[in-house]
Amino acid sequence: MEFIKTSSPHISGEASTSKIMTHVLVALLPALVMSGMIFGGRALMLVAFCVLTSMLWELISGLILKRGNTTADLSAAVSGMIFAMTLPPTVPFWMAGLGTFMTIVIFKQIFGGLGRNILNPALASRLVLRLVFSARMTLWAVPFTDSTDVTTGPTPIVTGAEGYYDIFMGSTMGCIGEVSKLALITGLVYLAAMRVTDLYASLSFVGTVCMLSYLIGENGLYQILIGGVMFAAVFCVSDYTTTPVTGLGKLIFGMGCGLITCVIRFFTPFTEGVTVAVLAMNLLTPLIDRLTERRNLG
Amino acid sequence: MKIKGIKIPREKASEKSETIAVPLPESVNIPMLHGLGDECTPTVKVGDRVLVGQKIGDGDNAVPVHSSVSGRVSLISDITLADGRVCKAVEIKTDGRQEVSPWVKPPIVRDRESFISAVRESGCVGLGGSGDVTYKKLSAAADLLIVNAVECEPYITSDYRCIIEDGDNAAEGIRLVMRYLSIDKAYVAVSSDKEEAVRILREKTANDENITVKPQRPRYPLGAEKVLAVNLSDKKIKLGEEPLEKGVLVLNISTLAFIGAYIKTGMPLVTRRVTVDGSIVKTPCSVSAPVGTSYRDLLEFAETNIDAAEKILSGGPMMGVCVGDVSYPLCKQCNAVTAFIKPLKDKKPTGLIVPAKETGCFRCGKCVEVCPMKLMPLKLERAFDKKDINALKRLNAQLCLNCGSCSYVCPAKRRIPEKNMQAQKLLADEA
Repeated sequence: MEFIKTSSPHISGEASTSKIMTHVLVALLPALVMSGMIFGGRALMLVAFCVLTSMLWELISGLILKRGNTTADLSAAVSGMIFAMTLPPTVPFWMAGLGTFMTIVIFKQIFGGLGRNILNPALASRLVLRLVFSARMTLWAVPFTDSTDVTTGPTPIVTGAEGYYDIFMGSTMGCIGEVSKLALITGLVYLAAMRVTDLYASLSFVGTVCMLSYLIGENGLYQILIGGVMFAAVFCVSDYTTTPVTGLGKLIFGMGCGLITCVIRFFTPFTEGVTVAVLAMNLLTPLIDRLTERRNLG
Repeated sequence: MKIKGIKIPREKASEKSETIAVPLPESVNIPMLHGLGDECTPTVKVGDRVLVGQKIGDGDNAVPVHSSVSGRVSLISDITLADGRVCKAVEIKTDGRQEVSPWVKPPIVRDRESFISAVRESGCVGLGGSGDVTYKKLSAAADLLIVNAVECEPYITSDYRCIIEDGDNAAEGIRLVMRYLSIDKAYVAVSSDKEEAVRILREKTANDENITVKPQRPRYPLGAEKVLAVNLSDKKIKLGEEPLEKGVLVLNISTLAFIGAYIKTGMPLVTRRVTVDGSIVKTPCSVSAPVGTSYRDLLEFAETNIDAAEKILSGGPMMGVCVGDVSYPLCKQCNAVTAFIKPLKDKKPTGLIVPAKETGCFRCGKCVEVCPMKLMPLKLERAFDKKDINALKRLNAQLCLNCGSCSYVCPAKRRIPEKNMQAQKLLADEA
């Protein structure tokens, strides 16, 4: 009688891709709940739409590319949800659908699927939409008005007349997921408690933005609370695939993101500082990874 | 920096049961190669009568092999070992008398040379699973002896039972090695959760002030030779260096217990203690069995329904090697035989944990965190996929211990060690 022959190890731990992705989805829930309270049901529908279309694109592209159905690992759901969170609550559904198509198909599957993408798919897709549909992507909903009352502007961060309490709780204008810092920090605490993230990149990013702002003479605390800094700190710079692997690499990555964010915010007329910063550092990740390779043990 | 290791299941169900001698099998099949080193040439022919402890194979660069039974040589054939190497094997039909060879008598040991040659004549190899050539290890200059009683693999308890039942010989073995190799310090590394073993080892070495028992955290793979050398000695082991090159001699506790007993009795390595366990083994236990006993005899002794087995391993589930069929013989270095059934889906995992579906590596870095050799398994995997020799060299693929920690923690269930082993072959071919 012949028995199965496989290479060791023959047992494996309880961790799985879908479990980690589920943790990220759970960490996104507080931000989702807050956005529902602030922007109303349409924002929630938009998020649900993005998650569903992402999984649909993943399924279709996976079958076409002969990778099989990979929706069960939930990575597409996470990408879709993060992408939705970076949209203003007013964007039309067709635009969101186009965005998730780019997120999943262009910026992930074409690069080789899970773990092979260089850029953060959600942010890359968001940046493309921002450049192409500039007007619609800067149409901000006024909080607590169910998205009917809108205001246009370069970006809500420069209008910031709100108090710290409002900014912290989330009753400001902004993208669906980024407004409530309380919800984002709750998510980060959850991710850290579940050992999904080790905080190196997140803290070095936020810390760098804060310190550089003070050095330049800006209000550092305000700078980390407005715009997408907190959201990116929790869900983008801690992304596994597009950031370095080692602790040192993550620290460098976070610092680089902070530096670029500050440069764009204070010395250029452009907006989207955080998005561009993270994407730029994504491109440098292979280099950082290479430079921070560990010294092996005898 | 000390190596921390990871938490894995213990599954040491056999630790409470006393070692029992298996009934004498009808025949044994003794390979001419056990562990590392070269193959022996059989010194007997088909039809020869052999006695227990009689040498049946020897070679220049090899560890001699002795008969574990008395009986008649019935067949000399080729056998494929679990690791893929092929060697000759001598099959002996037992006569049930277990007559001991007149050559078996305590060796005369006066100094270092005679001690090392006695260890060679004993047929001793590393009994902890490594199969290192013990006499060669003893030949190198060393100033620190680390006794490995950690036994961090799940299921395996043969070292633990050895400490409980054979503690005197183990302590004597440690003293002998220290005396004849003039090593003035020894650490005994044992898992801290094996309180009974810690207590006995402390008791047996109470009068030896230069032997210190050092409990280790019950983590995997803290019983790996290099890991022990890094964690216990204050010497810096540089890239590519073996502990022995720095004067750190690591020997397994069962090996030392055997040496202790051999110097007293002169009975070569013909039987060994082996754990028989696994998800379909009804009475997990450690048994004392003649070298060459078939896995079938061992598993049946422990009441195993072999027909239901999916996998039979020589060793534990982390580093054990699959064995194709149960006629495979017990080798000297084999510390456990484990058998597993395909686990039922909705049952809580008791034996082999059903791996979740493999997905793409998304660079979570858990493997980098846990690698005891501080390698970057995820990069090694990609470098191997691309057959990028330069990257494999740069990332030091050859240092991989094949401990399997990376694969164990991997959420994407990548089979990294498997590829690393192939990468090491690739590098060896290149050189």
